[in-house]
Formats: sequence, C-alpha cells, structure tokens
Amino acid sequence: MLKIKNLHASIDDKKILKGINLEVNAGEVHAIMGPNGSGKSTLASVIAGKEEFEIKKGSISMEGEDLEELAPEERAHKGIFLSFQYPVEIPGVSVTNFIKTAINESRKARGMEDMPANEMLKLIREKSQMLDIDRKFLSRSLNEGFSGGEKKRNEIFQMAVMEPKLAILDETDSGLDIDALRIVADGVNKLRSKDKAIIVITHYQRLLEYIVPDYVHVLHDGKIVKSGTKELALELEEKGYDWLKQEAAV
Amino acid sequence: MAYTEEELKKELETKEYEYGFYTDIESDTLPKGLNEDIVIAISKKKEEPDWMTQWRLEAFRAWQEMKEPEWANVKYKKPDFQDISYYSAPNKKPKYNSLDEVDPELLDTFKKLGISVDEQKKLAGVAVDIVMDSVSVATTFKKTLAEKGIIFCSISEAIQEHPELVKKYIGTVVPKKDNFYAALNSAVFSDGSFCYIPKGVRCPMELSTYFRINQAGTGQFERTLVIAEEGSYVSYLEGCTAPMRDENQLHAAVVELIALDNAEIKYSTVQNWFPGNKEGKGGVYNFVTKRGLCEKNAKISWTQVETGSAVTWKYPSCILKGDHSIGEFYSIAVTNNYQQADTGTKMIHLGKNTRSTIISKGISAGHSQNSYRGLVQVNSRAENARNFSQCDSLLMGNECGAHTFPYIEVKNKTAQIEHEATTSKIGEDQIFYCNQRGIDTEKAIALIVNGFSKEVLNKLPMEFAVEAQKLLEISLEGSVG
Repeated sequence: MLKIKNLHASIDDKKILKGINLEVNAGEVHAIMGPNGSGKSTLASVIAGKEEFEIKKGSISMEGEDLEELAPEERAHKGIFLSFQYPVEIPGVSVTNFIKTAINESRKARGMEDMPANEMLKLIREKSQMLDIDRKFLSRSLNEGFSGGEKKRNEIFQMAVMEPKLAILDETDSGLDIDALRIVADGVNKLRSKDKAIIVITHYQRLLEYIVPDYVHVLHDGKIVKSGTKELALELEEKGYDWLKQEAAV
Repeated sequence: MAYTEEELKKELETKEYEYGFYTDIESDTLPKGLNEDIVIAISKKKEEPDWMTQWRLEAFRAWQEMKEPEWANVKYKKPDFQDISYYSAPNKKPKYNSLDEVDPELLDTFKKLGISVDEQKKLAGVAVDIVMDSVSVATTFKKTLAEKGIIFCSISEAIQEHPELVKKYIGTVVPKKDNFYAALNSAVFSDGSFCYIPKGVRCPMELSTYFRINQAGTGQFERTLVIAEEGSYVSYLEGCTAPMRDENQLHAAVVELIALDNAEIKYSTVQNWFPGNKEGKGGVYNFVTKRGLCEKNAKISWTQVETGSAVTWKYPSCILKGDHSIGEFYSIAVTNNYQQADTGTKMIHLGKNTRSTIISKGISAGHSQNSYRGLVQVNSRAENARNFSQCDSLLMGNECGAHTFPYIEVKNKTAQIEHEATTSKIGEDQIFYCNQRGIDTEKAIALIVNGFSKEVLNKLPMEFAVEAQKLLEISLEGSVG
C-alpha cells in the first residue's frame, strides 16, 4: 500500500529524514519508535504532505501513485489519515460540523453526492458510542478547551468516521490515562482489517500492549536503524534506546 | 410568517401592472454642485411641504459650516462635493441588453450566491420582463401590512401621506447637524424607507429593502426612519448580498430608529457595495449614520455583515433613554485587498437598569485595514447600567491590519462594564489540519471564518444568515495563497 524509498526530507535546509525505507501492506500494523528528535513526527507530516517539509531525495507512493505532487487534501481523499500529536483548535466549528464537512469534501472529490443527513447522523452516533464519546462533546467547538485526552479521543473518533485506508497515529498515547488509552486502543483495533493499514508512532511500548503491531521499526537520526517484530518493542522498553544509538554509530 | 422571495415574485408577476408607476425621468436630473438653490430644487421635485424644505435648508447651512471628520482610521481622497449631482432619478433604460454583456466576474459571483437568472439580470441592470420597482413592491407589501395598520413605504411617500409622523420624528435621533455626513444627507436625501408599526402590533413578516435596490443609482443619500409604537415589534432587513455596483462613489445614508415603551426593533444589514478592484481602485465610500432611541423597556438590536465598500465609516448606535431598555450590536466586518473599515457602535446609557451587548468580529485579509471603534457611555443617572463588549479580530496573511479603539466613559459607580478583545490569525497549522481531513484551503478558510463569525451569523434571520455565510466565503476567496 505505502512504499517509501530512500526518503530524504528537510525543513529550512535542516536535514531531518536521511534515507527512510519502509513498506506497509494492507492489513498490517507498523509501529515506529525512537527517541525524541529522531524524525518520527516529521515522517508522519511528510506522508501527509505538510508543505514546510521539502523532499530532497527518494519517493513516497501510495497504491502505486507517487504522492509528492499531491496536495494534502488529495492525499486525504486517497485514504491517508493522520491522527495529530497536537490537534489544532477551530473555535466556533463544532465537532459534528467539522466531520460533516470533512466527509462531504472527500465524497465530493470522489464524485459522490453529500452524505444524506440521516446516514451521517447514524454514522456519527454509532462511532461515538464505540469510542464512549458523550453527545454533548459533539456540539463543542473543535478541540477548543478539550483536555489532552479528549483531543486524542476526538482524533480517533474522526478516524473511525472517515475509515481511512492508511491511518498514521502520531503519539496518540501521550496525554492519555490508562482508561482512555484502553478505549482509544479498542477503537483502533476495531478498525483493523485486511484491507487497511496502520502506522503507530510512539515513544513508549505501553500503547503497543493494546495495539499489537506486526512490525516494529526504530528510528534514529532520520533513519530506520532496526526493524523487527513486537518483541523488539519490549527489548527497547528494557534497554532504552542507547544501545541502538551506539550500534548505529558503529 | 416570513415572506419569501419566491412568494413575492409570484405576487408581483400576477400584479405586474396593477401598481404601475414611473416618474418623469427627463426632467429629473439636476446639474452638478451644491447650493441653496439645489436643495430647494430637490425639495420642489419631490413636491415637499414647506417645513421640509426649510428643514433641508437649515441642514445645508449647518453643513456648510462643518468640516469633514478626520479622526477615523481610514485614508482616502476627499470627495469634491461640488462635483456631484445631488439628484438624478433612476435610469429607466437598462444598462445592458443581455447577460452576455455583463462582467463575467460579477455573474460568477451571482452564481455562487445562488441567485436566479432573472434576479441576476435585475441586479446587473439587464432589461427584464418583470419590472420590480420600489414603489410597486412597497405597495404589495403595504396591502398585506395595511390590515395591521403598518405603514411601509418610501420616505418621499411618507412625507406626502403621513407628514405628521415624519415631522414629529425625523431628525429626533440623528439631528440634522449631528455630523458632517448626516447634515449633508439631511439637506439632499433623495429617498429611503419609512416604516411605522402601530401600538401593540407585531409585524408579521421581515420588512425588507432587498427588493428596493434593483434600480440603478440606489440613492446615494438614503434616509430611513423606523418608528415602533408602544409594545410593537418589527424586524427590518436592509441591503442585499449580491454585489452592488454603483457609479456613485459617495454614499451617506442616515437611519433613525425609534422604539417607544416596550417596543422592539431588530435591524439587520448586509452590505456588499463594490469594494474596488484588487489593486484598490474604485469602490464605494460608505459614510453612514445609524442610531436608535430606546424608550422605557424598549430594545434595539443592530446586526450587520459588512463585506463591501472601499471605505466604511459606520457606527450603528443606541441611545438607551428609557429605564430597563436594551441595546445590542452584532457585527461582522470583512475587509480584503485594499478595503478600509472603521466601524463599531455607541451605547449611550441614560436610563436606569439599561443593558447593552456588543459583539464585534473583524476579519482582515489582503492589504486591508479593519478598525473597531466603540463607545460605551454611562450617564450619571443611569443606575445599574451594564455592558458587555467583545471584540474579536481575525487576521489572514501578513499585510493586513486589525485595530480596536474602545472608549469607555462611566459617570455612575453602579455600572458594570466588561470588555474582552482577542486577535488571532488563521494559522498554517489550522489549514493543514483541515487539508489533512480532505478539506481544501478555500473551504478550510470558509469553515474557520464562519466558526469565528458564528455568534453574529446566528443573530441574522434564517434566510439572510445562509446568504451572509456564502458572502463571507466569496469575499475572502483567494486571500490565502
């Protein structure tokens, strides 16, 4: 589904990604771990198409189509979803209104009519129940005055509603208490299917106890320095990242 | 019951010529320039009674002694007042023979606003089959309203038909010497609307000037007078979301509202005069004086969506004279390209337990300058006066400006005044977030702007709100690269 080849990316001429190779197939869950500043969030932003980042070398493709020339919204229409580490506030725009706009814009891009109101309502109700979201929450302004946990839950809620092919969860576990983490992880797990892929970006192994990955990659200084299965995450938890840094330095 | 455009049109189609009306055009144009003779001539043309002529002359003499105000945060070339023709009747001849001759950009905007082809022709000045001139519309309304004793007509007609009402109220809220532009308007006003709601009557429909502005040369100096008798209610809509192009560069209107004991007036405006082109050339100067007087327990709400004009100078105000009276001001002012707006309100608390609310939303884009200027004044006798003001500014890009000039004058210790102000910028992060959810940048801006303006949009009557929302989107199109 997603193919990243020798990807180099910079911001303001500062090199952040220095040759990433990654292939994610439908049905797989990949975890990307690594210390602060290793380039995890940059990788997520570059896949989503944030313009500040410049691709210097290499390529990203989704289902065989090169992503580099596509605007962020076009990538979204192709089924790429990013759960933000720091979701932004949009005052005066309710969660429901935002989701409605997002869904209908994506449908429009695919040449479809707006989703009928009753269908939309049903979808929103169903997914909000799944993620244990209070109905009052839906009429609040998007992310305005939300707690850290509410913001993250709202991201996963949007993901559930939009049903992307490829979901990237950027530090979704940060700011979540254990109960919220369980709910969010349950939500993500329900979305796992053979035709969807998920990339989980995380600092800690904790989230991976709930969302069990098929593959774990360790990012260090803009490169994937080690790949393995879920056991690698446990090893990292135990030993920290230092041994990998040393290994990489050799 | 709201009167829809469709219903009105249908009614007009069937009554097309029943109220046929036209003025003798050839003789209705006066030479350029302004002096006492011109003022007298205008009054004569309108067959006004002597007291009206004298009133105009007094205003003119006062105006001659006055100076054009310079305190507003706007820069423009002052009009040459001797180079303006102060009375020219609506041009009856259509400007164009078909829509093909009309500026495609204008038509594109019409389409986006969802304006019907007939309506498009009418607004662009193309010949149409159905002639909807102001008087016939007013007459149609009048019939429906007559049963309730409501008077809704042009001010000229009111001067003829209801001189006692006009004489009693005109200039009582905006005195003829109030300010430079109000004095000018008082001397030369050509037309405008008059509305009278009798005691205890709730006006059953939104009174709208929407249908009155289809004529070319809408009236450079409009004068509006709304009188709500004790315990009555009226909702009045002014303006039109369709872009209005006008050869008249200077517009100086006066609006006076009088809400007697326990009455309520809701006055909503959507202003979309030609703002000039992208380089800031052309565009209308809009210097308006709008003020309402509240007697005991009365309430006046001003709601405005200002997206047009090159220069706007406008402060719809409330004089809260009666005890327990309420004044409200809800405003959205959008400036783009090289537009300049200096707008706000004055809330003058004279009575006891008077309350006022000000919600102002300024949106600046391009190279524009957007200023909020508001006065909250609490008189020494106004016990327990309360005001809440909120002024929010939203900036788009790095070339525009937002300014807030709040004036607070309190002479009574029991007053409670709150003022909140915020300034924010549409951030790249917000746009990217929307983009990532499949919403393109143009739509994302519309979403953010509508969210920002929601508190004010909610105050507009339903049909107007939908149009206003579209108008905001169109006004800001292309403002973020």
